[in-house]
Amino acid sequence: MRFDTVIIGGGLSGLVAGIDLVRKGQKCLIVSSGQSALHFFSGSFELCNKENDPMKAIASLDACHPYSKLGAERVEALAARVKPFFAELGLNFKGDASANHWRMTPLGVMKRAWLTLDEYATFESETEMPWKKVSVLNIDGFLDFHTSYIAAALEAKGVEVAVASLSAPQFDKLRESPTEMRSTNISKTIIGEFVDALAEQINGKTDGSDAVLMPAVAGLTGTAEVERLKELVKVPFHFLPTLPPSTPGIRIQMMLKKYFQQQGGVYMLGDSVTEGRFEDGKLKSIKTLNNEDTEFEADNFILATGSFFSKGIVASQNGVAEPVFGLDVDADSDRTNWYQRNMFDAQPYMTFGVATDEEFRAKKDGRPVVNLYVVGSVLSGFNAIKDGCGAGVSILTSLNAADQIMNL
Amino acid sequence: MNKEQNTNAESFEQCLKCTVCTVYCPMVAVNPDYPGPKQAGPDGERYRLKNPVFYDDALDLCLNCKRCEVACPSNVKIGDIIQSARLKYSSKKPKLRDFILANTDIMGTMASTMAPVVNFTLGLKPVKAVMDGVLAVDHHRTFPKYAGQRFETWFKRYALKKQEEYTKKVSYFHGCYANYNNPKLAKDFVKIMNAIGYGVNLLEKEKCCGVALISNGFKNQAIKQANLNLGSIRKAVGRGEPILTTSSTCTFTMRDEYAHILELDNSDVRSSIALATKFIFELVDAGKVKLVFKDDYRKRIAYHTPCHMEKLGWAIYSTSLVKMIPGVDFNMLDSQCCGIAGTYGFKKEHYEDSQKIGESLFRQIRDLNLDMVATDCETCKWQIEMSTGVQVENPISIIADALDVEATQKANR
Repeated sequence: MRFDTVIIGGGLSGLVAGIDLVRKGQKCLIVSSGQSALHFFSGSFELCNKENDPMKAIASLDACHPYSKLGAERVEALAARVKPFFAELGLNFKGDASANHWRMTPLGVMKRAWLTLDEYATFESETEMPWKKVSVLNIDGFLDFHTSYIAAALEAKGVEVAVASLSAPQFDKLRESPTEMRSTNISKTIIGEFVDALAEQINGKTDGSDAVLMPAVAGLTGTAEVERLKELVKVPFHFLPTLPPSTPGIRIQMMLKKYFQQQGGVYMLGDSVTEGRFEDGKLKSIKTLNNEDTEFEADNFILATGSFFSKGIVASQNGVAEPVFGLDVDADSDRTNWYQRNMFDAQPYMTFGVATDEEFRAKKDGRPVVNLYVVGSVLSGFNAIKDGCGAGVSILTSLNAADQIMNL
Repeated sequence: MNKEQNTNAESFEQCLKCTVCTVYCPMVAVNPDYPGPKQAGPDGERYRLKNPVFYDDALDLCLNCKRCEVACPSNVKIGDIIQSARLKYSSKKPKLRDFILANTDIMGTMASTMAPVVNFTLGLKPVKAVMDGVLAVDHHRTFPKYAGQRFETWFKRYALKKQEEYTKKVSYFHGCYANYNNPKLAKDFVKIMNAIGYGVNLLEKEKCCGVALISNGFKNQAIKQANLNLGSIRKAVGRGEPILTTSSTCTFTMRDEYAHILELDNSDVRSSIALATKFIFELVDAGKVKLVFKDDYRKRIAYHTPCHMEKLGWAIYSTSLVKMIPGVDFNMLDSQCCGIAGTYGFKKEHYEDSQKIGESLFRQIRDLNLDMVATDCETCKWQIEMSTGVQVENPISIIADALDVEATQKANR
C-alpha cells in the first residue's frame, strides 16, 4: 500500500506532523502502538521554561539541543504557528513565545508555561495572585485532586480559600469503585442536563469568592460542556490539572486524531512496526505486526515514537537501542554514567535518543537515512524536564519535518 | 519491545498502572460494578496467582472487546488476562440459556431445517416473554432470521461444479452466520471471487469458530471445535489455498484467541487466515485484479469498526474497498463498541448496559442520514439495525451489489 508519508507514532508529535501534511494534500499513514503521553497532559505546553523569556533561555541551550539545531530564528517562526494550528481544530490556548506565564500543578507548585488550554487557571506572577478569595471545589470522593495542597499553596500567597465539595448521585455511583474513579470517568457523567445542575451547585458554593477553581474533569470529547459551565457559573471559573489521566489531554488526542482522519489520514492504533526495507540510504517501506506481509511504501517517513516510556528507545543491561529499525543512538556506553545519584539532578539518560544529522534525519550505521525524519521525544540532546521543553520540541520539530517533506 | 514480544498472560509485569485502558473501557463508562480492565486484569491477576479466592465474579461484565489492549502503551494483554481468568477461576455454571446462545451450530442446524416456523415463533410476543422470563434472553432482542436453505446446501447444489473452472483457488470459512442466517453474504463472496478469477472451496469440515463458547465458559468444547477447524485449515493451506472469511470476529478468534485463550498452537496457519476484504484489496492494490463497478450505484455509507476489527487493525482494507466504488459517499464513524459483544447483549442482565454503551454510536449514525452502515461483524449488524433502524451490510455484500460482474470478469480474464 502506498502513501506519501508514513509516520511511526501517533502522539502529539506524530499527529501534528500528520495534520500539517494532510492539510497540504499528502496521503498519510500513522502507525501507533498504543495511546500517548497526551493522556498525562498538564494543561500546558512548554517551549523552554528555564527563564521568564523562553527565547532568551533557548539561546543558552547546548549545541546538541534540537532548538539549537533549528536555530533561534526558526524556533521563533515555528512557535508563532502553533496557536493558530490548534485554533483551527477548535482548541484554544492562551500565552505566546514572548514571555512565559505561570500555571499551578495538581500539588500546588507554580511552573512556567508557554501555551495553556483556555479553561485552565494561569497567572502573570509566581507569587502575586489575582484574587482575594477563591473557592476550591472538588468532586466528592475524587482522589486525584488534593484541595489541601492547593489551598495551602494559595494561602501562602495571601489568598483566602474556601474549600467545598460537589456531590451528586452520578458521583456516588462512581464511588462504588473508588480506585477507578478517575477524571475521565467523572467527565463521562458531566454531560447533557447534568452540566446545568452542576453549574447551579457550583454557584451555591462561591460565596463571596472572586473565582472558582475546580479539577479538570469535564469535556472529554469536546469543549461544549466546559463552555456551558463557564457560561452558567457566575464568577470566573478555571480548571486546575488533576493527577493522570488527563481529561483535556485525552480530548486533545481524540480531536487531533479525528481531524487527521477526517482530512483523509489513516490512523492504525494498537499496531507495531516490525521491520523496514532500506535501499541506497533510503527507507522504502515498512511492515507491521497486524498487517504481516503488507508493505507500506512511502516517499518519506517520520519517526515519532517517543522516549523510554513509549518505547521509542529502550534500555537494557548492555546499552540503549532504537527498537524499530536499529538506528544509531546518542547514549553513553558506560552504564554507570547514565544516572546521577540524586534523583532530582539532571539525569544523563534523559538526553539519550536517536542520533540525527543537521536536517533531523536519522542515522543508521553512521550514515543519514535521507527520507527518515526524527521528531519529538525520541530525539537526543535535550532534557525535557530540566529544560522544560518537551511539548515545544515535539510540536516544533514535527512542523519542521513537515516543512522539509513539502520542501518549504 | 513491540506488541510481538508480549503475547502471553504473564506479561502483566509491563503494566505501569497508567489507567489508560480504563479510559477506553466501554463497560466502566456505564457500569461502575465492573472494576475496570486494570483492576480486573493485571492488578487482579497478582492476587489470583496467590489465591484463586480473589477471583471476582464482576469479571463476567467484561465484553472481551480488547479495546483495553489496543489502547495500552505498554503492550499488556489485558483482555486475554481477563478472559483466561474467567475460564480458569469462575465457579459459575453456565445456564441452559448460555448453552443455547453458545452452540450456534446446533441451534443453526435445528432452526434452519424448520426456518419459517422458527422465525415465526421467535418473533411472537408470548414466546419472547417466555424467553425473557425463563431463559433470561432479553425480550427487546430480535433473533436473527434463519434461512430456509443453508449456504453449504446451496453451494453444493449450485456452485460447487462451477469452481472447477478456476485454477486459482481460495478456501472459505463461512462461519455460522453466513451459513444459517445470511447465505446471501456467502453467495456474494463467491460471486466476487469468481468474477476476479478465483474458485472457492469450502473446508473439509467446519464448525463454529468457538467465540461464543469461549465467552460463555465452554472451554473444552471450544478446544474440540478449534482443533477440528485447524485440521481442515491445515489441509487447505497444504493445497496452497488461503483461508478467507467474511466475519471479523471469526477471523480474530481463529488467529488470536485459539493461541492466547485456548492455548493451541496455530502459528503454522495463522497468517493464512484473512478477511476476504484484505485479500481482495491487496490483489487490487498490487494491480493483479481489477474491480469494475456499475455506473448507477449511489449510496451514502458509513463504516463502523467492530471491536475485533480494531484489534485486528484491518479496517483500512474494508474501508479502502468500499471507497473504491465511485458512487459511494463515504463516512467514517468513530471507532467505538456498539455494545452487543456477540451473545453478551442478548442476556437480560446485560441489555441495559449494552444499549448505553452503543448510545453515542447510534446517535452519530442517526445524525448522518445514511442509506446504509457497512461493518464486518454480524452481531454489530443486529445491534445497529435494532437500535437505529438503519440497514447494515457487510462490505463484501456492498461490493457485490455495486460490482459489474460481466465487466469485472472480462477485465480479469
